[in-house]
Amino acid sequence: MKPASPFLELHDCPRVTVLLDGQPLDLPEGANLAAALLAAGVEVFRKTPVSGAPRGPFCMMGACFDCLVEIDGVVRQACMVEVTAGLEVRKPDGVGDATV
Amino acid sequence: MQRFDLAIIGAGPAGMAAAQEAATHGLRVVLLDEQARAGGQIYRDVDRVADLRGDILGPDYTDGRRLTAGIGRDGITHVTEAVVWAIEEDFVISFTKDGKGAQVAADRVLLATGALERPMPLPGWTLPGVMTAGAGQILLKQSGVLARHAVLVGSGPLLYLIAAQMVRAGTPPLALVETQTKADLARAGRHITGALRGWSYMLKGVKMLAEITRARVPRYTGATQITIEGEGKAEAIRFTSGGKARRIACDTVFLHHGVVPNTQAGRSLGVTHRWSTEQSCFVPVLDASGGTNVPGIFIAGDGGGIAGAKAAEIAGRIAALRVAEEAGHLTQNARDQRATPLLAALAHERAARPFLDTAYPPCAEALGPADATVICRCEEVTAGAIRSYAGLGCLGPNQAKAFGRTGMGPCQGRYCGLTVTALLAETNGRTPDETGYFRIRPPLKPVTLGELAAMADPDAKVSDGSDH
Repeated sequence: MKPASPFLELHDCPRVTVLLDGQPLDLPEGANLAAALLAAGVEVFRKTPVSGAPRGPFCMMGACFDCLVEIDGVVRQACMVEVTAGLEVRKPDGVGDATV
Repeated sequence: MQRFDLAIIGAGPAGMAAAQEAATHGLRVVLLDEQARAGGQIYRDVDRVADLRGDILGPDYTDGRRLTAGIGRDGITHVTEAVVWAIEEDFVISFTKDGKGAQVAADRVLLATGALERPMPLPGWTLPGVMTAGAGQILLKQSGVLARHAVLVGSGPLLYLIAAQMVRAGTPPLALVETQTKADLARAGRHITGALRGWSYMLKGVKMLAEITRARVPRYTGATQITIEGEGKAEAIRFTSGGKARRIACDTVFLHHGVVPNTQAGRSLGVTHRWSTEQSCFVPVLDASGGTNVPGIFIAGDGGGIAGAKAAEIAGRIAALRVAEEAGHLTQNARDQRATPLLAALAHERAARPFLDTAYPPCAEALGPADATVICRCEEVTAGAIRSYAGLGCLGPNQAKAFGRTGMGPCQGRYCGLTVTALLAETNGRTPDETGYFRIRPPLKPVTLGELAAMADPDAKVSDGSDH
């Protein structure tokens, strides 16, 4: 079941399955990953390496680095990545965990 | 290494117009852009989206297709998803694409890197669910993703634009919490002549406000004591307006109090910047055609001072003409002939700015945040910490890095730099120009060792990633 999201998607698109922290999640193929995760109800993308504070997307244009997630083992900005089938996404979990 | 007559960084209105103009005069142009499709932030993904959501986004957005159509021609190599991280000697430009480093070189470089949202550090602004208004608009433009329960906070025309677009899309914001006051509007009155010259912008503003009012979106003006509340994410906004304390429950907050030039690339090249009192930010010092103090480096568009998309397009053309002349593709006369009407059009586009800048000034509480407010999002440094560094003799932002790592995280000061300058200037009783800004060095964006190790063969040709 799709979790309740603060965001609404205007158009329906064909979906593909990605893994988020090991759990399958269906997202629109080719969509901006950060936007797709928000629409899927994911609010917290990571915990900061400094204090463990929760963060989500802020600028959506590749400038703020708040939407950092680990994708197939590399920490990247979710807002600069497009959804493709089989992406393995992991949310960094705070002090001592991955960052750029 | 592949060498071009002109490298343009950024495929927004300034970059696209400049590329088209330069190619028209026979220059070989490489257009490097971070996004997968041309448009910049203002026309983000316009080719794909115009037919889907053009009715919501309006003709000012769909008009961007005119520019994207202009770059699909011979003479322009459009490298998409290229994250530029260094521009060095001989204008060798290093960038990452598809997880690999790559380089091109150019005789001249035009920086068309546009604007960033002015940092708006208010209590709670780092909570998930709090985003820039620009981010809200990008979600709508590129992805058709809309916030169901959003409050828009701050000041300026962009706030009205996104509110009007949300109304059209059927999810009006819960409220507009606006920080400008009636006194600001009265002060703006002295710029009324310019406002009248730029009447088309005024008319658009009036129409947007009418749409917002018709949808019965509450507007609270002169808002102060703004705090975003929430446990682990945004849950409500508190503020005072009209002498009354208010609280609105919401899960999304869009912040905006103007945009400022993205100066990172220019600063890394030693371009001189000055403080603009009118726009409360640093701007590069430019001549009439976008030339800087560094020979061969030009700047056009909002990165040279905020004036909007139409002005950016014109400034891009003016800069391209100048480059064409320097490169020997145009005589001075031919350039003048073409540039003169463009310069007049640019002045016209800029006419309404002083009125708008005065009527919608930055939010005072965010320019001088309370001590407990985090101002450096990456390293989680508070305003109070910056003030305490000043008390210990810290005069400038570079010194502040040594005191507490502010500006040293991955965003490299993009969302704290102006705040750090403001706080040090205020505490030390010095001007922003005296206080200065972070020294920006390459890499301009983080680059991994893997990307460096995978650096392409320097003799390899860059591929044209465009769909044209």
